[in-house]
Amino acid sequence: MTDFTVILLTLVSTVFINNVVLSQFMGLCPFLGVSKQIKTAAGMGAAVIFVITVASALTSAIYRGILLPLELTYLNTIVFIAVIAALVQFAEMFLKKFSPPLYTALGVYLPLITTNCAVLGAALTNVQKDYSFGMSVLSGFGTAAGFAVAIIIMAGIREKMAHAPIPKAFRGMPITLLTAGLMAIAFMGFGSIA
Amino acid sequence: MKQLKKNTPLERLWNGIIKENPTFILMLGMCPTLAVTTGAINGLGMGLSTAAVLIMSNMVISLLRKVIPGGVRMPAYIVIVASFVTIIEMLLHAFVTSVYDSLGIFIPLIVVNCIILGRAEAYASKNKVIPSIFDGLGMGLGFTVALTLIGMVREFLGAGTLFGIQVIPDVIPPITIFILAPGAFFVLACLTALQNKLNAPSATNRPEGEASMACGGNCAKCAGSCGAGNHQAVISDVTARKEAEAQAAKAAAAEKKAAADRAKALQAEKAAQAAEKAVGGDNHD
Repeated sequence: MTDFTVILLTLVSTVFINNVVLSQFMGLCPFLGVSKQIKTAAGMGAAVIFVITVASALTSAIYRGILLPLELTYLNTIVFIAVIAALVQFAEMFLKKFSPPLYTALGVYLPLITTNCAVLGAALTNVQKDYSFGMSVLSGFGTAAGFAVAIIIMAGIREKMAHAPIPKAFRGMPITLLTAGLMAIAFMGFGSIA
Repeated sequence: MKQLKKNTPLERLWNGIIKENPTFILMLGMCPTLAVTTGAINGLGMGLSTAAVLIMSNMVISLLRKVIPGGVRMPAYIVIVASFVTIIEMLLHAFVTSVYDSLGIFIPLIVVNCIILGRAEAYASKNKVIPSIFDGLGMGLGFTVALTLIGMVREFLGAGTLFGIQVIPDVIPPITIFILAPGAFFVLACLTALQNKLNAPSATNRPEGEASMACGGNCAKCAGSCGAGNHQAVISDVTARKEAEAQAAKAAAAEKKAAADRAKALQAEKAAQAAEKAVGGDNHD
């Protein structure tokens, strides 16, 4: 396989086939909680893409450069979560100082991301699958893009659904979960691509 | 049920399993709830692992509550929780490999389960050691019971088995979708709809606020949205906005009152004038 095919396959697999929300069940809290409007959903998606891509690069570098040579791989979880928490904090300070427009666009969502399990999940998956540095960044980006796709679609559906005559008991969370289930079925269809 | 004395071990257990059940009532830790409940055994394994972490982290955080400075408490809690999660992960790998394999990545992800940091912040950091341990035990058992029940429903519908033992004969084909990803959403959707219908206490049927879940979106209120400082920032943003709104409302009310006063004064003046006129008219007669 050429490099290009590998890149394309990785992206399709992480964005659609193994969608982080709809088939891996990671990052459900923001997916259900911040998906009322397309605008906020897109903001959350962009912030997640930024954080997961950078976190994948950092954790992969630390894993390959420090933990693996010193045989400290059992410290993965502790080191990764500490790195992610610090990264989010730094990203927020950095954006505030150097790119106020970007900060106003993404800043609100950054603090919500530390405990988004998709971030830690992506970092740990890279390690489990023994990805190289480049592959880790790519698959991290794909994972996050999959999250963004899912949350934006969900927000679009929910904006329309706000005007629909839904039975009283199903209003709010139940109908949202049902929609997510139907989306999950739709995304299962991508499985036949691979 | 008679009123239990607050913060006794029994009250904490009752609170965790029934009154504030983390899954059914508080809707916390949704990711593992949906991901690992493909079968009753997986649900039980996940619930017990989380319970073990919760008990130990609650104990240590309660012991250290006077030592950890407020500003760095979140990172400190995360490191404590992550250490225990690593211990549990190693124990599972060594002794119950089948559970370790089927739970996979969700074992290390216990670190970011909102329940654990939530209890650390809301209870263990403010209370004595013994009640904190029982709080962890109660919440952990509540989570275990919920996950096992959801796992049983999905396993029964999706595979026709319970705890791996076949209960539905082969002639009736199982509804496989229930042990796949979409089934998790459907089961939980029905559960929350039922809670809405019966008006049962649940985070999902509180009046629509900024978030419809105890966890989802409303991270500003959640102790889990750590990163220490920026959690405070989010909260102060929210309070500032609320204050501004309150002030605006007050100003509007004041203006309304002033307008009403003016109108009243005007009316009084008119009345006075009319009275004067009337008096004048009388004089003329």
